[in-house]
This record gives sequence, structure tokens and C-alpha cells, in this order.
Amino acid sequence: MKETPLSNCERRFLLRAIEEKKRLDGRQTYDYRNIRISFGTDYGCCIVELGKTRVLGQVSCELVSPKLNRATEGILFFNLELSQMAAPAFEPGRQSDLLVKLNRLMERCLRNSKCIDTESLCVVAGEKVWQIRVDLHLLNHDGNIIDAASIAAIVALCHFRRPDVSVQGDEVTLYTPEERDPVPLSIHHMPICVSFAFFQQGTYLLVDPNEREERVMDGLLVIAMNKHREICTIQSSGGIMLLKDQVLRCSKIAGVKVAEITELILKALENDQKVRKEGGKFGFAESIANQRITAFKMEKAPIDTSDVEEKAEEIIAEAEPPSEVVSTPVLWTPGTAQIGEGVENSWGDLEDSEKEDDEGGGDQAIILDGIKMDTGVEVSDIGSQGGPKHWKNGADAPIILSDSEEEEMIILEPDKNPKKIRTQTTSAKQEKAPSKKPVKRRKKKRAAN
Amino acid sequence: MEEETHTDAKIRAENGTGSSPRGPGRSLRHFACEQNLLSRPDGSASFLQGDTSVLAGVYGPAEVKVSKEIFNKATLEVILRPKIGLPGVAEKSRERLIRNTCEAVVLGTLHPRTSITVVPQVVSDAGSLLACCLNAACMALVDAGVPMRALFCGVACALDSDGTLVLDPTSKQEKEARAVLTFALDSVERKLLMSSTKGLYSDTELQQYLAAAQAASRHVFRFYRESLQRRYSKS
Repeated sequence: MKETPLSNCERRFLLRAIEEKKRLDGRQTYDYRNIRISFGTDYGCCIVELGKTRVLGQVSCELVSPKLNRATEGILFFNLELSQMAAPAFEPGRQSDLLVKLNRLMERCLRNSKCIDTESLCVVAGEKVWQIRVDLHLLNHDGNIIDAASIAAIVALCHFRRPDVSVQGDEVTLYTPEERDPVPLSIHHMPICVSFAFFQQGTYLLVDPNEREERVMDGLLVIAMNKHREICTIQSSGGIMLLKDQVLRCSKIAGVKVAEITELILKALENDQKVRKEGGKFGFAESIANQRITAFKMEKAPIDTSDVEEKAEEIIAEAEPPSEVVSTPVLWTPGTAQIGEGVENSWGDLEDSEKEDDEGGGDQAIILDGIKMDTGVEVSDIGSQGGPKHWKNGADAPIILSDSEEEEMIILEPDKNPKKIRTQTTSAKQEKAPSKKPVKRRKKKRAAN
Repeated sequence: MEEETHTDAKIRAENGTGSSPRGPGRSLRHFACEQNLLSRPDGSASFLQGDTSVLAGVYGPAEVKVSKEIFNKATLEVILRPKIGLPGVAEKSRERLIRNTCEAVVLGTLHPRTSITVVPQVVSDAGSLLACCLNAACMALVDAGVPMRALFCGVACALDSDGTLVLDPTSKQEKEARAVLTFALDSVERKLLMSSTKGLYSDTELQQYLAAAQAASRHVFRFYRESLQRRYSKS
């Protein structure tokens, strides 16, 4: 579906409101929307909601051989997908620009900042390393995808537990989660992206733009920072020209915001860990608010299936008997088998049929001819019954091939000689296996031509 | 089945919400559903069966590409994306099953030359995934207000090695089962809309499981009805 265009009056309204330092949802200039983090039952699965923007993150791991030039390091793989449900404009194949931009930013933020210790992912140097794969799915697009995605990625990575491995000399033992508790990844720091939207030729900025604000902004500045105030990535797009002190001011704001967000993440991780340890209920089912009118829960319910057998027997007794079982396949030669008899040609009486001069048609005809012969049909009737369509010989009665109104219709015939050879050989070689015929016939045709 | 009677914290940790052991397999897991949770799609629903969770979004009836339009009814598309990795053949096959079920109930002739897109997203998979996708798709279609002639539900059952029927199996039960059958049933007469089976079973067993699934679907439809009653209780 095409993106609904933003009407001019809406654009003007948004820009005028921003000029007067007002935002549509009532936030202040530097306010973030509410962030909500919920975890699933398996490790490494989380959903992050930044206002209405929702991102699902899942981390998985696999043992693979390492890259040749980095034999002692594990592999990190990031993939952000814009699901078709996130916005009507996200169709497969139509989102490449935005997708590439977001993926590249995610990679720079998480991979180049070396937040995950890849050396610790090595199991056997040069042979086996862990490949950690982070899949992010955008579920609802209400602006600022990159912030939500970076939070989801880092939360999922912190939440994830990989299976424990022990190396004793040459032996590598991989323990299942039941045998030994899985081990968390070693994470040095948590880089989080903060987005700034610029308006009025770079003089006014807003933090955490929502979807409408993103549509009318002049440019975007993304700063990825960790709580130690180290900048991991910085990107300015949209063609706005920023002054040095503007960028420095943004980085100070980002520092404050990142500290708040990091605290929120750590608290959420701690809560989840506590619940799991105490054996309480965890998972997405618990994060569905009970008091919402649009949510409903039902406890597990027993089903009475005592009368199932009687019902089934009734149905079988009343039902018609099943149709006849298909006959077992007949094997003519290795590689040639027949199941069923095929349908009779319903094109009416075709005299002298000319076989199609291509291999596919030839093979098909030959196999069926073979069958027909073995079941005792006369040789002269080969072409007229059963199997594929046959082209007629133009020398016989004129054939009406179509109802077209074209004046001149030229029918191209294949060479006449092959036909004669074929009929001779069919009569001579009744007893031989049909699969051998195609080879022989083709050779003879070439010889004739 | 014996493991389920242990009250070990570890086992409980695996079944996050289904903490108490299930009886002799003839019970459905804990259900939860939330509707209208996404702001962009026309309709959305999140359906949870035990630990399996699917979020479905529906767009429609909306503009359709000329190449895909059908002159007298709506084009129904289902786009299923796996949580990890790229979509493969299994996803395509599930998409087709869900699409066939939806096409049987959606009144497409009321909206010709439009498209109705259903996008289920697997949030977590702990058994009976196809049944959960069907349930989420149905609730999302209801939330979007797409006209349907009946509701539908998905019920999965597994047949374990000693021949006992397990309704709404967990992924562990599915792995150890001799056969896993998923049925889609409609709400008017509980007739069969779609069936997808894997494994070895006899035709008597098939009829038995179908009858058991019909009994279970009564419960699922009651859940739909109560959840919608709750939703529309304040007008």
C-alpha cells in the first residue's frame, strides 16, 4: 500500500506548533515517551515499547566455524526487520532505503562499539565459535524506530543465556540447559541510540520524535552513547548544517537520557531475574494488564472427551466407504514406472498423427506407446489414442486449428522422413523395453537429417 | 507425562505461566488475548496459549496492486515471518493454510478489488503454533471489523506413543508425539475448515481427534465470546 501523504494543513499545523514550542502529545522538548520492557519465557526474548512504537527482539546462538581472518573471535549478526504490520507502507521489497539505513546504524552502534566481548565467544580457536544472532522485528511504527530497536537489542543481549561449553584437551562438551545452567554473554557496556529531530533550519530540536514529527522534520541526528558518556556512534542525516556547539549540546542531553534509560533497563532485567529465581510466573502472559478492557484471560480448562469414541464410530458407520485405493505402481525398467492408466484422448478421431519433434514430447509419447503396446493395442493406432497431443500431417485433410479470423495461416511441418523411420521401428521393436527407444530414435533422426 | 507432576523449580521455570501440571492431557492451556494493541494496523490481536504467543495485525479492506486484484472479491494475503532467520518453505506452507481458512470465512464479495492483509508474527513458540496463529488471526480480523460469516479457531492435538490424546500440546509433547494434528473449525456448526497433520494415525483415530477438537473448540469460542463481551461492555 502506498504511504498516505501528509496533508499540507497538517504539516503547517505541526510546524507552527513546534515554532511555539508545543508538541502534539504534550511532551516537553527533551522528554522521552514511556518506555516499557517485557520479557518472554525463553531467554533472549523481549518486547520494548517506546510510546506506541513496538519492537520485538530475539537473540539466538549457534556453533559455527569462525571467519578466516578472525579465528579467535565469535561472530555477531544483527538483523532488523520492518514487519508488514508496522505500517501499511512496509511491503516486501518497498522498504529498502529505510531498512538499509537502520540496519547499518544498528551495526555501527553495536558491533563497532565492541560492546560484546567476542573473544569470550570462542570455543576452539580456528574451529568452533559462537555465532550470536540478534533478530529485531518492528511491530508498530510510531516514530523513532532506531531508539526502540537499539534498546531492544541491548536488552535482549543482556537477557540472553547461551549453553555452557567445556573444553578438555580435544574434547568439547556442549551442555543442554537441563544439565548445566546457561551462561550470560559478557557485555562491556550498553550503547543506546538517542535521536534528535531538527526544525527551522537546525535552530530548534526535539528529542524522540514521533511519526508525525519525523515526517515534517528537516534533519535527524542520532547519537549512540553508553552510561559512561562515551560516544559509540554519531550520525547526522537530512542535510541540515549543525554548528559545533549544537552537537555538543545534543551529546550532553544524550548523556542524561542514556543514563535514565540504562537505569530503567537494569531495573527491568533485575526484576525479571528475581521473578525467575523465586519461581513466580513470568513471560508475556504476565505482562498483559489485567484491568484493560481489551484484554481477557482464561485459566486452563479441562475438556470432556469421554464421548469422543462413540461419536467417531457413528461418523465412520454413516460415512461412505473410501474410494478405491490407487493401484500399485508398475515398474517397467529402472527409472520408468506407471501409476494408473491415464486419460483417453478426448480430442476426437485423429488420423495419421505426426509426433512432435521435440525431446519432451517424444519421450512422453514413447513411454505411453510402450505401455499401449504391452497392453495389446494395435501398432497402427499408436498415435491416435491416449497421451499427449499430436500434430497432424498437413498433407491430409485441412485441419481447423483455431477460430481465428486470420487470412493466411501457415502450418509448419517437421520433416517427413523421421516419421517413416519411426513407424518402422515401432513395429520391429515391440518386445524391447520402451526406455531404450528414445535413444535409438533420436540417433536415427540425426542420421537422416 | 510423569515429569509434569514434579514441582521442581526448574520445570516450573520452563512452563512460565502453566505452572501447575496438566492432567491426563485433555485440557487446554491458559489462554489470554489482547485486542487493539497496535496503533497502525486496522486490527490487531495478541493471542497466548500457555507460553506460545502470536501477535497478528490486519490491514483491510485496503488498496490492492492491479496485478493481484480480483474483480469480484477481496484478495486475502497472509504474511508470516518467523522470529529467527529468513522465511522458508515451512512459513509459506503455513501462510497458505491460514489463508485458505480465512478465505473460507471472510465475506470477500462485499469488498471487491480490495486487499485484506493478515500479518501474524510469532512472538514465542512453545507448541501448537499453527493453532495459535489461527486464533490470533481470527481475533485480529474481528478487531479490524472485516465482515465474516463465522468465526474460526485452531485446535492442535498430539498423539503420543501409547496412543493417548493430548490437546494443545507443548513443544516437548509435540516432539515426542507419534502424530500431531491441527484443525481449524468454524463457529456456526463446528465444521472442519482446514486440517494439517503430521505423523501416523488410523482413520478411526482421525475421526476421534476431530470429535475431540470439536469439543475443545466449544471452549475456545466461549473464550472469544467472553472476551468480546468484556470489550464491548462499555459503549
